[in-house]
Amino acid sequence: MVDMNPLKPLQPMPLSMMQYFRESYIVQGWLVLMLCFFFGGTLSGVQLKLNPIIEENKANETKQRIPELLLGPSEAQQPLDLKLHTIEVEKKGRKVFYNVYEARFADGKLAGWVTKAVGQGYADRIELLLGLDPNAEKITGVFILDQKETPGLGNKIVTEKWRSQFAGKETKQLLTVVKGGVKADHQIDAISGATISSKSVTAIINTAVNDLKGKLRG
Amino acid sequence: MAEQPTASERFIQGILPENPVYRQVLGLCPTLAVTNGMKPAMTMAGAVLFVLVCSNIITSLIRGLLKPHLRIIVFTLTIATFVTIADRFLAAFMYDMSKALGPYIPLIIVNCIIICRCEVCASKQGVFTAASDAVGQSLGYALALSSIAIVREVLGTGMIFGYRVLPEAWPDWSIMILPPGAFLTLGLLMGTVNWFSERK
Repeated sequence: MVDMNPLKPLQPMPLSMMQYFRESYIVQGWLVLMLCFFFGGTLSGVQLKLNPIIEENKANETKQRIPELLLGPSEAQQPLDLKLHTIEVEKKGRKVFYNVYEARFADGKLAGWVTKAVGQGYADRIELLLGLDPNAEKITGVFILDQKETPGLGNKIVTEKWRSQFAGKETKQLLTVVKGGVKADHQIDAISGATISSKSVTAIINTAVNDLKGKLRG
Repeated sequence: MAEQPTASERFIQGILPENPVYRQVLGLCPTLAVTNGMKPAMTMAGAVLFVLVCSNIITSLIRGLLKPHLRIIVFTLTIATFVTIADRFLAAFMYDMSKALGPYIPLIIVNCIIICRCEVCASKQGVFTAASDAVGQSLGYALALSSIAIVREVLGTGMIFGYRVLPEAWPDWSIMILPPGAFLTLGLLMGTVNWFSERK
């Protein structure tokens, strides 16, 4: 009679040692494992070779902007000596780090400071460069490094026309965003249809200026 | 087993009769995303050519060792390796382009054109056939990308490769370089291709 007891599991076919070995995952996957080692080695070689170049590309992207941010487009050809500082700011119990470039003319005179600042935009993080004069009393320029704001509206924050509003603003008073025309010195005109993007950039700048104001000394 | 196409047949088929975009309708996500200009489109096509040729050759070399239930993982591993190499190279030597293409270079890993060629051709045929199949398919892909990109870039910005071809008076149809333009162009071009091939 056939055993119909459902609680008794079907006995697996007895395997010989050799069969058991052949069916094991390790033996089945030997090709995958070999390829993993081989490809892993190749990739680490490529990474070792190329990573310095990639890092340099990233740093150059920032450095190229610095003369224009500090001296304006007309005198951007002047060579500046750059030195990178990392400035630590304590805020509400947590530490924030700023990468600040100290820029000097060839004769050693301080030209100004350029810092990288990041913050939340309307769509994603906005990463920008902020140029300050030697005493950190005035903004000399703003450049947007990375943004993913709405094409056609929010991404107008990268335009020269809008960014140039920040140049020459004093840092003693916080900047505010207004719609439809600037009436006072510390005001920034919003991009129509992209008030949030405009406010985000201004907020990032305000925060960076506040954090760094007392800490930049030549 | 049915007879497999020869190397030259594979090469020809890839370009038009089995064009990866217009005929097989594969790899549409990057096709839509990178065709807002000729430059990113051609960079993408170059990266796909490199990845497809390399992974087809490797897959074809090891085809005798493949186990049926582990083949997909081997394909993916091979493709991912070459995509990472291509991505690093772009970041090192064409930094601006690599930033413009963003995630679409790493996403070649999941581009079904490549895994499809590994499965259909490279895992069954010799190295030479696999390589010519890869080149043919990549040319077909480049052709499809450039046909879409040229329409979008000309209508959207009045330029090709950044050089102005339409007069300054042209009102740039910015919708063409935004995502909707990609769908419109691809749909109309695919319709045209189908219309022509039906009339034959």
